[in-house]
Amino acid sequence: MSFMQSQAQYVLRTVEERGVRFVQLWFTDVLGRHKAFHVTPAELEDALDQGMTFDGSAIDGFSRTTESDLLARPDLTTFQLLPWYEPGAGVARVFCDIVNIDGTPFEGCPRQQLRSVLDNARAQGFTFFVAPEIEYFYFNDLNPGERPVPIDRGSYFDLLSDDTASQLRRQTVLTLEEMGIGVEHAQHEDAPGQHEIDLRYTDALTMADTVMSLRHVVKELARQSGVAASFMPKPLAHVQGSGMHTHLSLWRDEKNAFIGEHTYGLSDLAAKFIAGLVRHAPEITAVTNQWVNSYKRLVPGAEAPVGAEWARYDSAALVRVPSVKPGRIDSTRVEYRSPDSAANPYLAFAVILAAGLRGVTGNYELPREGQRTAALPQSLAEAVDLMECSTLMQETLGSHLVEWFLRNKRAEWDAYRVQVTPFELERYLPLL
Amino acid sequence: MSIDVVLCVPSCEGPVRKAFDVTGVTPAIAATARMNEITALEPTDGFSGAVINAAAIPFTEAMSLCRQLRQRERGVGPIILLLDHYQLDDLTFREDLFDDFVVGPYDVSELATRLRHRLRRAGNESVAPRVEHAELSMNLETYQASIAGRVMDLTYMEYELLRFLATNPNRVFTRATLLSRVWGYEYYGGARTVDVHVRRLRAKLGEEYAHLIQTVRSVGYKFGTSTEYGL
Repeated sequence: MSFMQSQAQYVLRTVEERGVRFVQLWFTDVLGRHKAFHVTPAELEDALDQGMTFDGSAIDGFSRTTESDLLARPDLTTFQLLPWYEPGAGVARVFCDIVNIDGTPFEGCPRQQLRSVLDNARAQGFTFFVAPEIEYFYFNDLNPGERPVPIDRGSYFDLLSDDTASQLRRQTVLTLEEMGIGVEHAQHEDAPGQHEIDLRYTDALTMADTVMSLRHVVKELARQSGVAASFMPKPLAHVQGSGMHTHLSLWRDEKNAFIGEHTYGLSDLAAKFIAGLVRHAPEITAVTNQWVNSYKRLVPGAEAPVGAEWARYDSAALVRVPSVKPGRIDSTRVEYRSPDSAANPYLAFAVILAAGLRGVTGNYELPREGQRTAALPQSLAEAVDLMECSTLMQETLGSHLVEWFLRNKRAEWDAYRVQVTPFELERYLPLL
Repeated sequence: MSIDVVLCVPSCEGPVRKAFDVTGVTPAIAATARMNEITALEPTDGFSGAVINAAAIPFTEAMSLCRQLRQRERGVGPIILLLDHYQLDDLTFREDLFDDFVVGPYDVSELATRLRHRLRRAGNESVAPRVEHAELSMNLETYQASIAGRVMDLTYMEYELLRFLATNPNRVFTRATLLSRVWGYEYYGGARTVDVHVRRLRAKLGEEYAHLIQTVRSVGYKFGTSTEYGL
C-alpha cells in the first residue's frame, strides 16, 4: 500500500472509530485569515481522494481573471481531532493545500509558497527551524470602534478577574499540548491583559500550521469563557503591542549550521544569514507587518525594532543573537523581532528564510553590531512601496501573489488615510 | 461437543437457512442489529460465529454491528458477511471487520463450505493484533491507541512512530534509523523531525506517561520503562 493510501486509511478509520461527525478542512488566505470547509464523513472520502472544489473568487488573494475554480486538497499528515468540543461532538481538522483544477500548485496559496521556499532551501542542503513567541491580549469583548478593556485590569486587586486570564492561558496551553503542539512556556506579558505563548521549534511548514491552530485555539477558548482574544498588533496606545518574535536556525546534515567560530559562537553561515536579514528587512516588512495598525507597534521606546540592525542584548534590535546555555549548543539561533502576531505565518516564514538565504548565497558581509543600516518602514504605504521594488519578494512569492498583495494593501492604506482621527480632532479642532 | 450456535442478522431464510441445516449449526436470529437484542440471544458458552446480511439492513448499520462485535470482551467467532455485488467497493479499508463474505445470489453449498471452513478454523482465531506495553495499548487494526484507558488522538505520523517504538520496546534507535524506518520519505525537518514528534507524543501521553519514551543522550530514543539498553 502506498504512503498516501495508508494515510487515507488511517484517517478514514479514525473517523469511523472515533465517531467523527464533522471534518473541518482548514486553509489560509493571502492575508493569513483562517478559512474552513466543513464536511461530513460521507463526503470525506471524496475530499481525500479528489479534493474539494470551490470558487476562489470569494477568497482574498485567490481570485484570478480567467478561471476561478480551485481545489482544496487535504494534507493527511495534519489530520487531528479537535479537543475543545464537548465529548462526543466528533470534530476533526485537516490542513489543505490549494491547487488548480489540473492539480498543479496554485500560486496564491500561502502554504504552497512556503513549501516552495523550503524546497529551494532543501535543494541547498538546508532545513529551516522556527520557534515563535506569540503575544496577544485578552479583552472583555471586541466591539469595533470601542477602546477594548483588558480582562486583568480595571480592578487592580481583583483576584477573580486576574484568575480568569491565567486559568484561560493555562487551559489554552493544555489544549495545545493535547493537540501535540509543544509549548516552551507561557507567561503574562508587560501590558495589562497581554499574554505570551512560546512554542518549541519545528520545521517552518509545521510551525506555520501550528500558528494558525494556536490563534484559533486561543480565540475559541476565550470565547467559551465569555471573553475575547485579539492578535491585533497594537490594540492599545501607550502600552507595547503584540509581536511574534521568531527564533530561527538552519540545519545541514543533521547539524546546526549556525554554530561556529565567529562572534558569539556563530558560524560564517549564520553571519551571512543575519546580514541577509538586516539588508532585506525593509522590503519584507510589508509581509511580516501587513496591517496599517502594525506600524503603530514599530515605534521607538516600545521594545520593538524601528531600524535594521543586529545585536546580542539590545531588546529593540531587529535581529538578536540570544545567549546559549552551556551544554545546549544545539540551541544556537537568531531571533527576528519585527513580525507581529497578525502576520500570515506562511508568508512571513517564507520571506524571512528567503532574506537570510540571500545573504548566504550572495556572501553578504555582516555589518558592525548595533550599526543601523536602514530604517524600517514607518507606515504600510512605505512598506508596500519597498515591497514593490523588491526582486527578492517577486522571486520568493511570485508575481500573482505580490501583485494582489500590493493592490489589496494600497486599498487598505487609501481607506485609512481619508480618515479624520480622534487624535486630529482633539489636537487641532480647538487650536486651528 | 456442544452445538454451534451462529448469530444470524436479520433473518435466516432460503439458501441461508439451508446452508445452516447442511452445516449442522443452529441459527440464533436477531431481527435487528441492536446489541441488547443480540446479547439476549447469546448462549452461555457464546456464539460460534456470526452471519450478517449487509444487503438486508443498512450497510453502515452492518459495519457498525461488526465493529461492536469485534470490540466486545467476549468474541463471537468468525464474522461472515452476505453482500450484494455493488457493495464490494464499500469493503475497502474495512477488511478487518469481517472474516469472510459471500455475494448474492447465495449458493447453498458455497455458503455451507465457507461456514464450515471458518468455524473449523475458529479455534485458532486470533483477536485483533495489539501492541501492549505497560499502560499503553494499541489496536493495530483500528489504529486506535490508548494510555491508561484514555484514547489518544494521534496524527498519522505520531501513530506510526509510537507503533514502531512500542513494537520494539527497550531498544535504542537513532534519529536517522527512526526517520528511515518510520517516515521513509523526504521530510522538511530531517532528523529533528523525530524530536518534534517525540515531543508531541510525550505531550499526548501526558505528564504521567511521557517517560515511556526515553531520550538516550547523544544516541536517540528508546521506548519502555527499563533502564537497560538492549541492542
